[in-house]
Amino acid sequence: MNTTSHTFGRSLFELLSSMRFAISLLSILAVASIVGTVLKQAEPYSNYLIQFGPFWFEVFRKLGLYDVYHAAWFLLILGFLVLSTSVCIWRNAPNFAREMRSFREHVTDQSLAAFKHQHVVETTQSPADFAARAQAYLEGQGYQVRQLPREDGLLLAAKAGSWNRLGYFLAHSAIVLICIGGLMDGNLVFKAQQALGMKKIETRDIPQSQVPAISRLSPSNPSFRGSVQIPEGSSANVVFLNVADGYLVQDLPFTVGLKQFRIEHYSTGQPKSFESDIELFDKSGKKIRDATIAVNHPLIHDGIAIYQASFADGGTRLTIQGWNLFAPMAAAFPIEGTVHQNTTLTSPAGNYTLEFTDFRPFNIENLGGDAPPKDNAMSVFGGSPVADNKHLHNVGPSFQYKLRDARGQAREFSNYMLPLELDGRWYMMSGVRESPNEAFRYLRMPLDADGKLDSFMRLRGALLNSDLRPEIAARFARQALPQNAWGTEIEDKLKFSATQVLALYADGGFQALGRFIEEKVPQAEREKAAGTYLRILELSAFEALAIANREAKLPPPKADDATGWLVRDTLNSMSDLFVYGAPVYLQLMQYDEVKASGLQLTRSPGKNVVYFGSLLLTLGVFFMFYVRERRVWLRVKPGQALLAMASTKHTLDFEQEFARHREALDTLAR
Amino acid sequence: MELALNQPAPLIKRLTWFDWLFAVVVGSGALFALSRYGEYMDIYDKGILLAAIPALTVFGWFWKPFRPLFLVVGALSLFAISLYDGNLARMEEAFFLKYLISSQAAIMWMCALFGLATLTYWTGLLSRSAFALKTGTALTWSAVALGFVGLMVRWYESYLIGPDVGHIPVSNLYEVFVLFCLITAMMYLYYEARYQARQLGALVLLVISAAVGFILWYTFDRGAHEIQPLVPALKSWWMKLHVPANFIGYGSFSLSAMLGVGYLLARRGILANRLPSLDVIDDMMYKAIAIGFGFFTIATILGAMWAAEAWGGYWSWDPKETWALIVWLNYAAWLHIRLVKGLRGPMLAWWAVIGLFVTTFAFLGVNMFLSGLHSYGTL
Ligand code: HEM
Repeated sequence: MNTTSHTFGRSLFELLSSMRFAISLLSILAVASIVGTVLKQAEPYSNYLIQFGPFWFEVFRKLGLYDVYHAAWFLLILGFLVLSTSVCIWRNAPNFAREMRSFREHVTDQSLAAFKHQHVVETTQSPADFAARAQAYLEGQGYQVRQLPREDGLLLAAKAGSWNRLGYFLAHSAIVLICIGGLMDGNLVFKAQQALGMKKIETRDIPQSQVPAISRLSPSNPSFRGSVQIPEGSSANVVFLNVADGYLVQDLPFTVGLKQFRIEHYSTGQPKSFESDIELFDKSGKKIRDATIAVNHPLIHDGIAIYQASFADGGTRLTIQGWNLFAPMAAAFPIEGTVHQNTTLTSPAGNYTLEFTDFRPFNIENLGGDAPPKDNAMSVFGGSPVADNKHLHNVGPSFQYKLRDARGQAREFSNYMLPLELDGRWYMMSGVRESPNEAFRYLRMPLDADGKLDSFMRLRGALLNSDLRPEIAARFARQALPQNAWGTEIEDKLKFSATQVLALYADGGFQALGRFIEEKVPQAEREKAAGTYLRILELSAFEALAIANREAKLPPPKADDATGWLVRDTLNSMSDLFVYGAPVYLQLMQYDEVKASGLQLTRSPGKNVVYFGSLLLTLGVFFMFYVRERRVWLRVKPGQALLAMASTKHTLDFEQEFARHREALDTLAR
Repeated sequence: MELALNQPAPLIKRLTWFDWLFAVVVGSGALFALSRYGEYMDIYDKGILLAAIPALTVFGWFWKPFRPLFLVVGALSLFAISLYDGNLARMEEAFFLKYLISSQAAIMWMCALFGLATLTYWTGLLSRSAFALKTGTALTWSAVALGFVGLMVRWYESYLIGPDVGHIPVSNLYEVFVLFCLITAMMYLYYEARYQARQLGALVLLVISAAVGFILWYTFDRGAHEIQPLVPALKSWWMKLHVPANFIGYGSFSLSAMLGVGYLLARRGILANRLPSLDVIDDMMYKAIAIGFGFFTIATILGAMWAAEAWGGYWSWDPKETWALIVWLNYAAWLHIRLVKGLRGPMLAWWAVIGLFVTTFAFLGVNMFLSGLHSYGTL
């Protein structure tokens, strides 16, 4: 019984300390690490669910693939690595330590003679003389030498580079230390508490103060890494730790207040620095200190490091004008909003929830078109390394919102506050997309000579207004026909066509016109018909604008190029409204920006252990590589001497060195 | 024959007047820079500059060809800077800048010279012409010199663009690819001289040529050679240490992979009587991996320390970090097999070749296919 358990223990020991096991572990660890780089880690669970479907989602969840590096099986592999390395050290340490000190004085003549690297020298010198000269030589070569009397002469035992072995200790203990340090900073304590039912992950979206104690970690928690977003002028005394599909609340021993968050930009518009002016208060509300942190410049207070990690909008207040896009009139209505908050929008088509998601004070866009042709001599070198940033422009603020209909379907919008110049004309831009991984498609609405949307909105209202249609058609027909055709059948026909075109367009834009043509007109004539309809539409729209101006008590539009473009752009833009997906356009009039700074707070007691381990590792690796361990023996007898040399590592350097010693001794022997 | 008996004299006694001249030039150059620009440097910059004096001096004493390289690069860079005279527009006007030693011109010359060197080495290998091989070496040295001039001048140009834009040119993929070519070439040149193994240049220059191809594509297709200001996350002096250390690692791993190719070819009898002996290739391969492993270890540790300062944790299992670990584990396993199990031969050569793919993925693939903190997505 005893022997079996003894041999079992023994073979376990053998296995753990075996090279094969160690190499397998290194390889398995490498392969296991790949998993987490291929599958994005710590995403919201809903993303994985969409990606994999319910079955595989569950399987992968059980396997811990969403947080591989903290999964039990991964930690187990690491644990084995630590164990194996420790056992390996345990096993080798005594031998290696002995070897470092030993000169291996007990080699016998037979074993020396069996060395692969050995060489016999004949000499007429006395053993003592020869040994003394050889010793001087070896010492000159950096060897430590011992002289030992042997029966018919003596033995020189020499060694160099013993520190190589020390390197082994340093490097391998370092692995153990680094892993231990890493574990100290890991979440093992929480995992244990979770397993014992003492702690639970919070998954509800509730205010921090309502999170129950079972999902909170005390300020004395030895290690954590969490983040929090603080709007300017506010403070926080907790951070959030993302775990699996929820979070934990870590109470802090102090309160962090954010006075100001700043972004500085280079002249090209790229961000240059992110900085937060913060202040710390103790539990009683007394100020402890002020500090400014920036990326790469954290503040360390009381063992807790505070980092600049991200930024966001902190609840900018927005003053907005809403335009009803499908109302046959041109009036706007006011809306007040705050980023990260919702309001309700009532419309004839039903109620919508308006969710303000973000505000950006700057938008750097490339409006440049193509780079200038490079025809100078330097172009063979790829041109100048000085970036040509002339076409990067700050196009001003924008804000983002989601419009959610009664069924819960949402579209996302991104509207610029300022107009953009495209092809020499100015437009208001509104981007729309159905899902976050699409790019925004932009609706561009033309501005009038006053730089306002009013003409666009007026014309749009008039075109949608079916009451105006007879008058528009009549004016159009009169304009289009010579006076002698007025009152004829031709005029009636033209009026009818114009009314029809206007009605179709008001119903579904160019798409509706296109469908109509496809249904009603034979293939051969379609192109011509389309041209005619377009012409009718444009001329009618001009009349519509004239009528709309009259109603609004404004002077009639000038019949110039600018008005022509305004009409054409309006028609294009209106047609896009049918796929815009919202009954309103929100125009940002004013804003009062509030920024928020994303801070990360960590306490990591293992860090110094890891750093110390790293130092040992570096030293160890360099000792192992650059200190070559080697031994030389010289068995001197009257008349001849035997040189033998050995090393744990056979490299070409070793061969060369042996050749050198051989030659030197030949010379010495002469 | 007395020579063999001579104890190796202490390094100091073996120094020639040129060694001392070199030391004086390095020291006075650094001190001049310190006195002239000290007010713009922080304590780390000054520390690094001062530490560079003994480091470069001893490096030059240890590896003699480094001295002329250093002096040539220094002289050409200073010449370029004097031609600029603080005015970027001179790049298009001054003849030498325009065609030779403005950063971009110098780097393109480096590319051309590496290409020529590759051809010359192959000619030398196939025709067994010692002269062609020697020419290959000379071309490689010239490429290295111009590449360094290119980087030095680029450094200066970045400050001419704007004092707040200026930074050491190790901050984007274009710059580090140039660095990669230079480091790989220098390491190869060192071993080439030590082992008298010029024939291997034909293989090693292939991987450098591949990098050159990438640089050219990246320049002409993507305009990546443009100097861009640093994003806040990169504004750290850790970058200056972490990136070059990493590239010594990448460079030597690539070198070892090409030696692995040479080993496998020679073992199958291909070019066998033209390449050095298997033992020599094997030994070089081991040395390259050993030095690469050492520097890669340091680089990873420096990276962890930087991460601790920038991201709030020394290890975040970000894809780039994780792949660095994979590379490291891979070579740790390689070293154990060779040194502890004492295995040699084709298996390890294959492994070194495969290591190049792992390394390339860590170095390029991660940037291209995976996202993470290293792409600076959040800030
Ligand atoms: C992440 C884990 C490990 C790393 C990074 C590592 C690293 C190294 C390195 C770099 C060497 C130097 C090779 C040389 O002598 O030039 C080495 C040698 C060695 N390693 Fe490891 N090692 C690890 C784990 C282990 C384990 C688990 C064992 C136990 C089986 C082990 C046993 C040895 C032995 C016996 C040597 C040879 C020492 C000598 O003869 O000088 N190593 N290791």
